[in-house]
Amino acid sequence: MSHAAIADKRPSTLRGASLPKWTPWAIAAGSVALGLGISAAAGLDSKIQWALMAGVLFVTGTYVVAARVEGRRQAKDRVATSFVWVAFLLAVIPLLSLVWATVQRGTKVLDVYFLTHSMGVVADSEAGGGIYHAIIGSLEQVGLATVIGAPIGVLTAIYLVEYGRGNLARAVTFFVDVMTGIPSIVAGLFILSLMLMWDMQPFGFAGSLALAILMMPVVVRSTEEMLKLVPNELREASLALGVPKWRTILKVVLPTSIGGITTGIMLAIARIAGETAPVLLLVFGNPFINNDPFEGAQASLPLFIYQQYSQSAGSTAAYDRAWAASLTLIAFVMILNLAARGIARWKAPR
Amino acid sequence: MDITTQKTDEAPPPTPLPTPVEQKRAARGATRPGDRIFLGLSRGSGILLLAVMAAIAIFLTYRASLAISKDEANFLTTFEWNTGLVPPKFGIAVLAFGTVVSSVIAMVLAVPIAVAIALFLTHYAPRRTSGPIAYVIDLLAAVPSIVYGLWGALVLVPHLDGLFGWLDDYLGWTGVFSWEEGAPRSMLTVGILLAIMILPIITNVSREVFRQVPRMHEEAALALGATRWEVVRMSVLPFGRSGVISASMLGLGRALGETMAVATVLSPDFDIHASLLNPGGGTFAQNIASKFSEATEFGRDALIASGLVLFVITLLVNGAARWIIARRKEYSGANA
Amino acid sequence: MAKRIDVSGLTAYYGSHKAIEDISMTIEPRSVTAFIGPSGCGKSTFLRTLNRMHEVTPGGRVEGKVLLDDEDLYGHGIDPVSVRREVGMVFQRPNPFPTMSIFDNVAAGLRLNGKYKKSELSDVVEKSLKGANLWNEVKDRLNKPGSGLSGGQQQRLCVARAIAVEPDVLLMDEPCSALDPISTLAIEDLIGELKERFTIVIVTHNMQQAARVSDRTAFFNLAAVGQPGKLIEIDETERIFSNPSVQATEDYISGRFG
Repeated sequence: MSHAAIADKRPSTLRGASLPKWTPWAIAAGSVALGLGISAAAGLDSKIQWALMAGVLFVTGTYVVAARVEGRRQAKDRVATSFVWVAFLLAVIPLLSLVWATVQRGTKVLDVYFLTHSMGVVADSEAGGGIYHAIIGSLEQVGLATVIGAPIGVLTAIYLVEYGRGNLARAVTFFVDVMTGIPSIVAGLFILSLMLMWDMQPFGFAGSLALAILMMPVVVRSTEEMLKLVPNELREASLALGVPKWRTILKVVLPTSIGGITTGIMLAIARIAGETAPVLLLVFGNPFINNDPFEGAQASLPLFIYQQYSQSAGSTAAYDRAWAASLTLIAFVMILNLAARGIARWKAPR
Repeated sequence: MDITTQKTDEAPPPTPLPTPVEQKRAARGATRPGDRIFLGLSRGSGILLLAVMAAIAIFLTYRASLAISKDEANFLTTFEWNTGLVPPKFGIAVLAFGTVVSSVIAMVLAVPIAVAIALFLTHYAPRRTSGPIAYVIDLLAAVPSIVYGLWGALVLVPHLDGLFGWLDDYLGWTGVFSWEEGAPRSMLTVGILLAIMILPIITNVSREVFRQVPRMHEEAALALGATRWEVVRMSVLPFGRSGVISASMLGLGRALGETMAVATVLSPDFDIHASLLNPGGGTFAQNIASKFSEATEFGRDALIASGLVLFVITLLVNGAARWIIARRKEYSGANA
Repeated sequence: MAKRIDVSGLTAYYGSHKAIEDISMTIEPRSVTAFIGPSGCGKSTFLRTLNRMHEVTPGGRVEGKVLLDDEDLYGHGIDPVSVRREVGMVFQRPNPFPTMSIFDNVAAGLRLNGKYKKSELSDVVEKSLKGANLWNEVKDRLNKPGSGLSGGQQQRLCVARAIAVEPDVLLMDEPCSALDPISTLAIEDLIGELKERFTIVIVTHNMQQAARVSDRTAFFNLAAVGQPGKLIEIDETERIFSNPSVQATEDYISGRFG
């Protein structure tokens, strides 16, 4: 700092004592070993505990070592770094476990027979049977929900972006936000209250209506985002050619943003395909194949998983079916997701 | 709007001035049948959406009032759910408590970890690995809640015995962490599972926000001699605060209304327990799912009444989130 | 306070792309050194190697030596964080911390170094804001967000923030390019005052500005797009603008290219 001669004898201000590069790894290895050691010594058997202990040891160990050698600021920096790493690793474990369990246990009974047969003649506690009826139910309910929800959602978004001014638009924007936060079971209860009014029995289309309610705000939001990305110059260029507004929207705005809109709709489908609560209330579940969504109880994949789990009193065969159905459902949702992302990348505006 | 008659390379032919009425119509852009139909359709969809919201509120309130008017006990404070009794007695105190407690546990566990992961992905991880990891976490956000529920019941619960015993040994004296009997299917289990479920969502939104922190803010801190953590604290976290709050509220909304994951891992009863480790308690959504199949029409109305309360709570949470974000706009970081 | 910078054989990369090649120069303490040259010639990159900000960009790395009073900034065991504390920087676009008040912006660097006493901080904040010719304009609203100031005021706030930690060197990367002429003048006046206390290095696109504010001027050029930038010459500003020793410098200054 000072240019006096004494300054040269003081240690450099640029040169902080620093730990060698391998330090974090050494501390990590030490913490894991110590965590395992303590767990073994204390007779703890859960994997969760030693992992937690190793994590805590790692963070505190890093702080102590770094504070000794490098000073407090560096120590804080290192603690933040180690905490961020530990948090990441801790969070990854359950998520990996989820994927692993579903794939490993799901593949046990998942085969063509499983996909093409119903539970009609199989008791919940016995082995055998399949999810054909649930797949039919899911496809019909989700399909009908999409037929209702997607156009209304897209049209509402068009209204908000292309026409929306004034109180009505503001109200719609606000209530779309509110609707996004509706728990799925509340949407189910709403349709249920209608069914109670007119004394109706459960049927597939009732579930579709609840799913459509859950789908609409998601579609509105994503479509809105996409329409806003269309540059105004494009609209003006078309209008300036004398093209009426509705044709401008149909021929210029929508084609430009169709990739993003499709992506949004597919993600919304993926979301409602996994919804269980409204289906439980409104469609009720049915071990037999029912191809008519407008008459009589139906099954659906998520509901099948729940009922196999909850109504089988611990039967392994039922659990196996639940895992296999989970794997099928996840595969369906993931394919939709990946396809949606593919479309988004492929059709990305410039 | 309508300039079809004009040609760009010639002087426009003298046309009669439009009357005020015509001008007004043209400005609205709805003179043509096509325009009118299209505007009608899109505005109609918006109105339909509003109508659905109104219908939800009206019908839920109506059915709920049918049940509550016959309730012999205090609907808000009773620890009981006996809709079959004559006269019926039921109240939501236990459900409200359980819903709030499990969601709070989930938030306390998930938010710091989600923020840490988001920081990990944007500021700590090597760039080549952070992309794929972010992608996978994005996909995990799409895993249906029933799958989390199945995993929670069959994989997570058996692994929690050790942790619960350990908490009981060292923190049991607090009462909150004492564990007496039963499988670990308690409020804490629910909280942990909900935390795992909402983690991907909060992480994703937070990551987006952190990624948008302008480089120049980070460089300002770096140039002052800030360590990486200090850069995060000075530029990244303040800039991302409102985004993290709205991400957390999104997660909270999900946790409050989550049905299946709670219904699969909790052993419910209708009581409030001081300990988070002992099984028991319940949440609004779980209670509806578990009681629904055996409920009479009156019982269903009572469940609708509890659903209405859940609806109001989620509305309040969403409103609070929007208010917080609006209040922090002035510090949003969108300067110059 | 002010320190001399000795650069020898410095080459900087972005990934595999070589941005500047083999630059050597001496920057005198308590003077203003200006870097000029056409876009893409690497003058900003070079500036950022002087406080190790270059390596912050993904893929950025540096070879060669930068001596700050005989100590190599790229030497073994040197902490880049400490380097940046002693070599301050002002950026092209004003970048006050948007979530902090004017006071906190100026105090930010001090707080990092563990000074928290309010009275101590207010003294330094006042001194720094005065040093940046901003005190009179903001003394009544120190608790307002810094982002509420005009562009020129924000840039002077950034200067105040940089000098509050008493660096040895102040680097300025086109500090006036986002400002209007009046604010530019204010910053230029400020540079004239600050050189009494600091070693100042300024990158500028504006040759008149270089001629006005600097004591020495370095001219950078690149052979072709995609080629690394090189130092063509460095000399007294007066000589560079009247009688440069290299033809390319004269061509650039007289506006024949660039």
